[in-house]
Amino acid sequence: MERLRLVFSGSGGQGVITAAIILAEAAVLHENLLATQTQTYGPEARGGATRSDVIIADSEIYFPKVIQPNVLVCLTQEAYMKFYDIVRPGGLLITDPRHVTILQTVDSRQIEIPMHAAVMDNIGDLLVYNICMLGALLALTQVVSIDSVIKVLETRMPPSSLPMNRRAMDLGIALGAKHNV
Amino acid sequence: MDDNVRFLQGNDVCVQAALYAGLEFFAGYPITPSTEIAENLAYHLPRQGGKFIQMEDEIASMCAIIGASLTGRKVMTATSGPGFSLMQESLGFAIMAEIPCVIVNVQRGGPSTGLPTGPSQGDVLQARWGTHGDHAIIVLTASNHQDVFRMTVDAFNLAETYRTPVILLLDEVIGHMREKVILPEKGAIPVVDRLRTSVKAGIDYHPYLPREDGRLPMSDFGGEHRYHVTGLFHDMWGFPTTNPKIVHGLLRHLNDKIKNNISDINRMKEYFIDDARTILISYGSSARSALHVVHNRRARGERIGLLELQTLWPFPYTQVAEKCEKARQIVVVEMNMGQVLLQVKRAVSRPERVMLANRIDGVFITPTDIRNILRLIHGKGV
Amino acid sequence: MAVQDYIRKRFFPHLWCQGCGHGIVLNSLIRAIEELGIRKNDLVMVSGIGCSSRITGYVDVHTLHTLHGRALAFATGVKMSRPELRVIVPMGDGDALAIGGNHFIHSARRNIDMTALVMNNQIYGMTGGQFSPLSGPGVKATTAPFGNIDHGFDVVKLATAAGASFVARTTTYHVHQMISILKEAISHKGFSVVEIMSQCPTYFGRKNKLGGAVDMLDYFKSHTTAKGSDAHKKDPLMIERGIFVKEDRPEYCSDYDMLVKELQLKGDA
Repeated sequence: MERLRLVFSGSGGQGVITAAIILAEAAVLHENLLATQTQTYGPEARGGATRSDVIIADSEIYFPKVIQPNVLVCLTQEAYMKFYDIVRPGGLLITDPRHVTILQTVDSRQIEIPMHAAVMDNIGDLLVYNICMLGALLALTQVVSIDSVIKVLETRMPPSSLPMNRRAMDLGIALGAKHNV
Repeated sequence: MDDNVRFLQGNDVCVQAALYAGLEFFAGYPITPSTEIAENLAYHLPRQGGKFIQMEDEIASMCAIIGASLTGRKVMTATSGPGFSLMQESLGFAIMAEIPCVIVNVQRGGPSTGLPTGPSQGDVLQARWGTHGDHAIIVLTASNHQDVFRMTVDAFNLAETYRTPVILLLDEVIGHMREKVILPEKGAIPVVDRLRTSVKAGIDYHPYLPREDGRLPMSDFGGEHRYHVTGLFHDMWGFPTTNPKIVHGLLRHLNDKIKNNISDINRMKEYFIDDARTILISYGSSARSALHVVHNRRARGERIGLLELQTLWPFPYTQVAEKCEKARQIVVVEMNMGQVLLQVKRAVSRPERVMLANRIDGVFITPTDIRNILRLIHGKGV
Repeated sequence: MAVQDYIRKRFFPHLWCQGCGHGIVLNSLIRAIEELGIRKNDLVMVSGIGCSSRITGYVDVHTLHTLHGRALAFATGVKMSRPELRVIVPMGDGDALAIGGNHFIHSARRNIDMTALVMNNQIYGMTGGQFSPLSGPGVKATTAPFGNIDHGFDVVKLATAAGASFVARTTTYHVHQMISILKEAISHKGFSVVEIMSQCPTYFGRKNKLGGAVDMLDYFKSHTTAKGSDAHKKDPLMIERGIFVKEDRPEYCSDYDMLVKELQLKGDA
């Protein structure tokens, strides 16, 4: 497979780091791939700008940070302004129009996905916003199977919250699929 | 899915390995970026009947593990830069009184409060000479999670074998990064148990009289033998003395037991060393970036190799000199101002061959950083 | 067992000065232990640094002579690891309350089962007569040549406020009281603190013109009184002796063991 480098960025509390961990763990535990996940900490545990890097590959990963991501997710304007130009030419840049106004054009596929609106309209709880984002990402990249991610969710979430997470993921998959050409 | 495959932070791997090695007692104090070790053990240890205690500071944490070790437990504490500084006095006590214990220092940027969340490898020399007085110390490190597991178990084994504190020097990148690790089956890595005295109750036990093989069998506090333990120079009963002959003998013993066993203690990995014209020497997370460069350049036919150090102290001067004998350039890759560089320069012939590729701004050194420095060294400009 | 059986005769004579109160503490401590019938193998003594700390070398139990101020932290590791052992921690005044002040209050707060002795001679003896946090204002010392302006702690109040569940004070003059208080303190389940006023004729006595050891013992006799006595009501400057706090409170190691048992019952282990 081609080595996939992803950067998830947003603000503390949006769950971007958790989403990154779930994706990478799914690749390692259920797809027999290798993955690394790192994160840059802001001074605040909550509310500051956060970034998490994930590399997924079928061969050894030595340097675990991402310089030029194939996939960049920006979930705040601040994160977008900071990171939009690191995306690899021909890569994928995912934003949510609720949080990010696209200002620059970059040499990549820019996709605006109204995940916030979808989660609020259909579920009404932003706790699963990150899982919706992960669903959209899976639909767009097929980096790991949906089943693998669900297996990870089953071990990380209390059973009572699984249906809501599953719904959020399906929402994301449907939103992402609209952009799949 | 293989049951033993995990996707964990380096700090969590360290915890799993410590439990595998038989950890029974942990005392610590929260500090970034090592806190996950304490958090994880607060969860795991009581569930296994082990002991976890959060102390009032790092000084107390280090003291508590020494006390617990004397009762026969395998013990550990974990900290980072400022906390490691606070532990130095009691680290010296553990060296002097020959108490097995493991100290994990997940390095962050210093000096002082420095960069709590930024990577650095600035504690290499502090780990060697942080506590006062002539002494020897064992310091291990690791660059990936499989090795973090192995080196953690080895740290416990060496602590027991040589009755000494062993420092596991991790860094922020390794501590917080998540990657795949396969947890070894029980028995796959040998575990050294506490060597206890065979002297029967009622017969004079000499806690500080080495056996012929140099090892000192212990007796647990609370057991049949009552003896004295002190940080003062002491005789074979552990009783304080200023007798020059005994003082000299003890200081020599404390240093020799480590120095004379470098071949047993030394751990290093080599990649493409044999025909390498350029040898990178690195350790910890920096070695990942170095290895990235080596694989990349080898693919283009460049004769470059990596010597990855896993035992930083006692420094393997002879082994490094041998491996580097034929190299034209030796480039030490580390995130400090040249702490291992100094040792490599001391180790090799023609030390003018040794150069530094470093980064000290709290940002993880990248393969590009190393490549740029290599280009400069090779006269190609950046 | 005879009192002498608790002594490591090999290491005598001891290093304390003539007239030092610490030998009286050693004697009383051993008598208390002997009267309680504690097996030598069940007893651990942990000390710090200073004149007081050398006491551990002379007692034939498991003994740990640690770092200045850190005895309670080492002792916490021993006790937590083997709660079935009895732990006694003899300390000096500077040892326990200057450099070791943080460990002192936190050990009291945890109410971990051990007995902390503060052998209070109001001075740093080992280093040659500097003032301590128990010297008090006006005292002469090598680091207070013009008289001390540093205020002292009241060990009893400090230990009480920090959460010790047993707090007492006595002196080297009141040997019978000392033995009886020590017996109660050692038997008490929880963190027990015993302040023992002890004379240092070599430094404190000489610097402050208090006479020899006998004069200093006489001072303990005339300037202290039983807790709540009429003498204290008449003269509040008289120092009270006796047991100030004795309460049953949850003990740290027992609580930890309960936690472990609960986890095992839940089958969560």
